[in-house]
Amino acid sequence: MSSSTKATTKSSWYKRNEIAVTPWLFLAPGVIFFLFYVIFPIFQSISVSFYEWDGLSDPEWIGLGNYEELYWDDAFYVSLRNNLIWLVLYLLAIPAGLFIALFLNQTVMGIRLYKSLFFFPFVISQVVVGLVFTWFYDPTFGLLNEFIGIFGLGPINVLGDERYVTYGIIAAGIWPQTAYCMILYLTGLNAVDPEQIEAARLDGAKGWRMLWHVIVPQLKPATFIAFVVTIIGALRSFDLISIMTNGGPFGESRVLSFYMFEVALSEYGFRMGYGASIAVVLFLIMLFFIAYFLYSMYQDDKGGR
Amino acid sequence: MFPTPIEKSPRSWQLTYQALLPVALVMWLLPLIAVALFSIKPDADFTTGNYWGLPSSFNFVENYGKVFFASDMPRYLLNSVFITVPTVVGCVILSSMTGFALGVYKFKANLWVFFMFVAGNFVPFQILMVPVRDLTLDLGLYNTKTGLVLFHIAFQTGFCTLFMRNFIRALPFDLIEVARVEGVAEWRIFWYVVLPLMKPALAAMAVLIFTFIWNDFFWAIVLTQGAESQPVTAGITSFNAQYRAAYHLMSAGSIVAALPPVAMFFLMQKHFIAGLTLGAVK
Repeated sequence: MSSSTKATTKSSWYKRNEIAVTPWLFLAPGVIFFLFYVIFPIFQSISVSFYEWDGLSDPEWIGLGNYEELYWDDAFYVSLRNNLIWLVLYLLAIPAGLFIALFLNQTVMGIRLYKSLFFFPFVISQVVVGLVFTWFYDPTFGLLNEFIGIFGLGPINVLGDERYVTYGIIAAGIWPQTAYCMILYLTGLNAVDPEQIEAARLDGAKGWRMLWHVIVPQLKPATFIAFVVTIIGALRSFDLISIMTNGGPFGESRVLSFYMFEVALSEYGFRMGYGASIAVVLFLIMLFFIAYFLYSMYQDDKGGR
Repeated sequence: MFPTPIEKSPRSWQLTYQALLPVALVMWLLPLIAVALFSIKPDADFTTGNYWGLPSSFNFVENYGKVFFASDMPRYLLNSVFITVPTVVGCVILSSMTGFALGVYKFKANLWVFFMFVAGNFVPFQILMVPVRDLTLDLGLYNTKTGLVLFHIAFQTGFCTLFMRNFIRALPFDLIEVARVEGVAEWRIFWYVVLPLMKPALAAMAVLIFTFIWNDFFWAIVLTQGAESQPVTAGITSFNAQYRAAYHLMSAGSIVAALPPVAMFFLMQKHFIAGLTLGAVK
């Protein structure tokens, strides 16, 4: 008797609160995993950046010591400068992607295959893209030098020359990124309202004016995503540098993410605290963009359910 | 349609366009075509300096045979499979649940939990490197596939939750209301009402995650070392060290390493593009 009343109160408690409890039950595994592996480590990294630590012995508290060292570290400024160059030049992938999308937005025979083949570079791992471009730039046999050799120029050793090396690597990175932006814009162009185009045509708009005043505003969602993924891609750049130059020559192609890895985990020693402080700087730069992205999504969301 | 459909333009431009397409494509893929050409050349062509001429003999079988039978490559490929597939499964399970919770229920913390996932997903992963490596060492999972898989699942859950939640929001909410009025339990609504509707999104997400994880390099070198656990992206560097300056073999190796995501893309093209461009259209 008593056990059955207990059971009913129990089930009715759950029944009464089902709507409130269920989402947390569904969220629990994902949230716990994510907190454990992503959110807590962010704070741990920030805290490690106040220590001198080789990863094995006891960490030693040095306050802002690592940041002070960063302030005097030339290699840090080279990395920071390169990060900015990456950020600015990487954005070229967006107009380039739009241009290719406009070129391919036709209905001729085999166009679907063309679109997929143009998209192809994005699917390949950055490691392979890096290798492919290393050979492309090779001073003895690379296609680039074969090509400029026709005009009596060269040979230039793109990846061995501190003036060109960062630009050479960025060019390799822009290649797949352009493909990504292209596919975003192809999808966006599909959804452009044909009536508006007709109306604009009747008003005499065409070519660039049409593109800028009628088409581009309608592509805004695609542009937003292209912007987000390109910024993140630029700040995460690591694979290409690691494969193509390993930071060289003379550390001229380092970016923050690569320098951080080098300091913390390479043969130069295991300076976890110093590495963490570099990562924190990179995180702060990113935070600025994250805040902006979240704000835009929040604005969008207010309209929805 | 913009630009003006080609059928409505003068014949001369139509022909130019048709001729321009293959030329543009070849230029776009030139670095890859070069590697493909390298990968079927015999060793002798490189010593005699015949880099860009026709291959003096067709060595497809020899070169690729060597990649598969005389190196650690199959091992690395297998490792990649054992890392990628469990990650995809784990992400699909976790994020269909989180996406359901955030997409269907209204509660105070909803948006905050969602933003936590999104923000965590945008974080530059270098900031996670030191603590995650440490955590993996403490769990005794350093240099194991499991260690890599666990981290990948956790990190990708951020992106996947964003993806699933937005997809579920676009579903007709009436279906769920009706089921509730009928007195269907919430978990049954998830299993019998929402999950079947999520199938296209799950497929799209699965191919995307497959590609991301297969192509991951950073975490592979942070959390693993050596042929027993490294995936192919990390393994290719040791492969290249083994065959230094043997460009025909390095090319063949690169192509083999790049192939699985490419195959995935061509097989699942529709889902792949749907996944990538979700949100590109309002």
